[in-house]
Amino acid sequence: MCHDTTGKYKKFPAGAGHPAYEPKEFPPGSGKIWEPVDLSEIAQTVGAASRANCGACHFNGGGGDGTKHGDLDSTLVNPPKEVDVHMSPDGENMVCADCHKTEAHQIPGSRYAMSVKDAHGKDLPESDGNPTTCESCHGLKPHTKQKLNDHIDTLACQTCHIPEFARGDKPTLMFWDWSTAGDKKRGVEKDEHGWTTYNFKKGTEKWEKNVTPEYRWFNGQTDYVAVGEKVEPNEEGVIVINQISGGPDDPNSRIYPFKVFRGKQGYDPETKQLLVPHLFPFNKEDKSAYWKGFNWDEAFKVGMETAGLPYSGKYEWVKTEMYWPQTHMVAPGEQSLHCDDCHSPGGRLTQVAGIYVPGQDRFPWVDALGWGLALVALIGVFVHALLRLISHKRNAH
Amino acid sequence: MTKKKAKIYTRFERLWHWSQAILIISLGFTGFCVHGVYRLQTFEEAYKIHRLLGWALVVLFIFAVFWHFTTGQWKQYLPTRQKISKQIRYYTVGIFRGEPHPYEKTTRIKLNPLQRITYLAFLILIFPIMATTGLMMIFYDQVRVVFPIPLEWLAFLHTVGAFLLVTFFIVHVYMTTTGHTVFENIKAMITGYEEVMDDEGGDLAVL
Ligand code: HEC
Ligand code: HEC
Ligand code: HEC
Ligand code: HEC
Ligand code: HEC
Repeated sequence: MCHDTTGKYKKFPAGAGHPAYEPKEFPPGSGKIWEPVDLSEIAQTVGAASRANCGACHFNGGGGDGTKHGDLDSTLVNPPKEVDVHMSPDGENMVCADCHKTEAHQIPGSRYAMSVKDAHGKDLPESDGNPTTCESCHGLKPHTKQKLNDHIDTLACQTCHIPEFARGDKPTLMFWDWSTAGDKKRGVEKDEHGWTTYNFKKGTEKWEKNVTPEYRWFNGQTDYVAVGEKVEPNEEGVIVINQISGGPDDPNSRIYPFKVFRGKQGYDPETKQLLVPHLFPFNKEDKSAYWKGFNWDEAFKVGMETAGLPYSGKYEWVKTEMYWPQTHMVAPGEQSLHCDDCHSPGGRLTQVAGIYVPGQDRFPWVDALGWGLALVALIGVFVHALLRLISHKRNAH
Repeated sequence: MTKKKAKIYTRFERLWHWSQAILIISLGFTGFCVHGVYRLQTFEEAYKIHRLLGWALVVLFIFAVFWHFTTGQWKQYLPTRQKISKQIRYYTVGIFRGEPHPYEKTTRIKLNPLQRITYLAFLILIFPIMATTGLMMIFYDQVRVVFPIPLEWLAFLHTVGAFLLVTFFIVHVYMTTTGHTVFENIKAMITGYEEVMDDEGGDLAVL
């Protein structure tokens, strides 16, 4: 399927990444029939796995082009060099598989266990079995400036080389608050770019382009909250849907850039589960579906029932966060972060714990005491000089 | 003892003093820029200049140590048996009463007890701390492998040293005005000559 050049390959909207294998009516009751993909026809027109082929699925995660990842959207079919040095026809014109070399049909570079730190370096002449790291091609000393190479123990290459994400044509979804949905009077509202800010079916949305990433320690390990799993909000009242691991003392961690997708979702405070709403009506009579009846209680009840999960009958809205690692859309060298982006007061890594970034961080009390001491010396010296002047005049009499 | 105009600072000492002064002042300006207090130039420029000046100061220091040992002048910095309190009393009381300096500069002894201890502290404490922490930060990526000291400790010591140097600078410049005339000491450091007590043959260490 990855090699489909017919363009017919299409994911079924509610099919979790799978194409329609048999004819399906979608949305149910609409009369619109999705024909199954003719796998044999596609198999006969296998072309080189182009960026568009892989992108047919991967650009459209989360329901639309660029919605989910932030670093993967249809701009990458034909990106300018500023958007992606590797995949641009003006740059290296690489395809996905140049980095995601398949070994026995296992495509390396999984989001669940990423390789954030590749201590092995260049995969030539000897491979470490994971070609999907920057170091596999560039090695461990990619810069002529030694001080930049000094940083790569602590900082992932992506941190400096992806100064902003969603730099292509498509905005990415940054915020989604389900709790405000249901106001049919508001209908659908859009901002000056034509990006949706409110949809009565989905609630409040925020789309953005050229977004500054947030930085976190990361060792590649991500743990997802499974459907039906008991979770409680953290101190900030947030449920992190995919908890990333890593820290300053973990030798496999580096500081990595993320798209943090924030939102509000239904939560059952008694069973401590995130709630799955029933959205699409089963048939014309089904009023329990949210997009028909606009009653959350009903939608959660039927949604959880369908999923085979308990529902206490109580729901509240809880803040959620999801972390999307940013690793594509590598900018040209000269557009990477400059020293001042980090080494200045309020620099990019201000929120990251366990590091001391000269110019950004300081011991405020040392500075206060230090300047205080200098000031005392200065005042002391002036007073002394004044007294000398006065006494000199007096002694002269 | 009689007073005579004598050459008390050799050409090397004067050159050492003034190049050290210029280096330390420029290190201060670029250093506080790296520290993020202000931005006269980019971090990268400030960092590079600071690193270069730091190396220059280290080289100069090595020359100076060599010179002091070959000439025996290192004895100038030995703390004396004489009381520092006498010198302190002079600066806090005597100077306002027009009393004479408790320890006159002589052709052989250039530093009073307070200067000796201050400069010694600078040479064996502040300077080595600044140079060591500075070099460790330049080579931090290699240093951390053999000696995993947090960067912030190095930065902490380096910053504390910097503030002590700022304070030293203020007091030091002011103290040059406390000679027999306001500019006597500075002039001596430029020309090398000053009107001092003649004590040819005296012992440096004893005062
Ligand atoms: C049929 C749609 C489809 C096509 C075409 C496709 N993929 Fe995938 N790919 C998926 C799905 C579904 C997953 C699993 C994602 C998940 O579990 O979240 C996946 C996983 C991946 C992963 C691991 C990512 C992760 O999140 O764990 C990589 C890397 C990947 N694909 C690369 C490619 C490349 C390169 C191509 C083109 C050669 C390609 N894919 C084509 C659907 C597709
Ligand atoms: C320049 C090399 C490069 C190219 C070209 C590339 N990738 Fe990746 N990709 C990576 C790296 C590096 C990772 C991170 C892998 C890891 O850390 O294990 C990654 C991770 C991924 C992931 C999983 C992580 C995530 O962000 O969800 C997917 C999916 C993916 N790539 C898809 C693609 C697709 C689709 C294309 C083509 C449009 C592509 N990649 C082109 C280097 C590349
Ligand atoms: C499949 C090999 C391969 C992988 C993997 C790869 N690169 Fe490259 N990269 C290249 C080649 C080839 C070039 C062009 C030649 C050059 O400039 O070295 C390049 C160029 C670059 C440039 C310079 C662009 C310019 O001209 O200004 C940067 C920056 C860069 N890569 C960063 C990365 C980062 C960051 C990653 C990991 C996300 C990565 N690369 C992964 C092969 C790769
Ligand atoms: C501290 C930020 C930073 C990190 C971390 C970083 N880079 Fe760079 N990189 C830069 C900058 C800035 C440039 C532009 C070169 C310059 O200014 O001399 C650059 C340039 C490059 C180039 C072009 C060659 C050159 O010297 O101009 C490549 C290739 C590259 N980086 C790859 C990588 C890889 C691979 C990694 C991870 C192992 C990495 N970089 C990590 C900041 C960084
Ligand atoms: C993405 C942010 C980032 C950028 C860009 C960056 N640095 Fe750093 N820098 C750091 C961090 C984080 C540390 C602290 C490392 C640690 O604590 O282990 C650091 C440490 C340093 C240090 C002290 C430790 C050492 O290894 O010497 C120097 C000097 C330094 N950086 C210089 C530079 C210069 C010069 C540039 C530009 C060419 C630069 N940095 C760009 C984040 C950055």
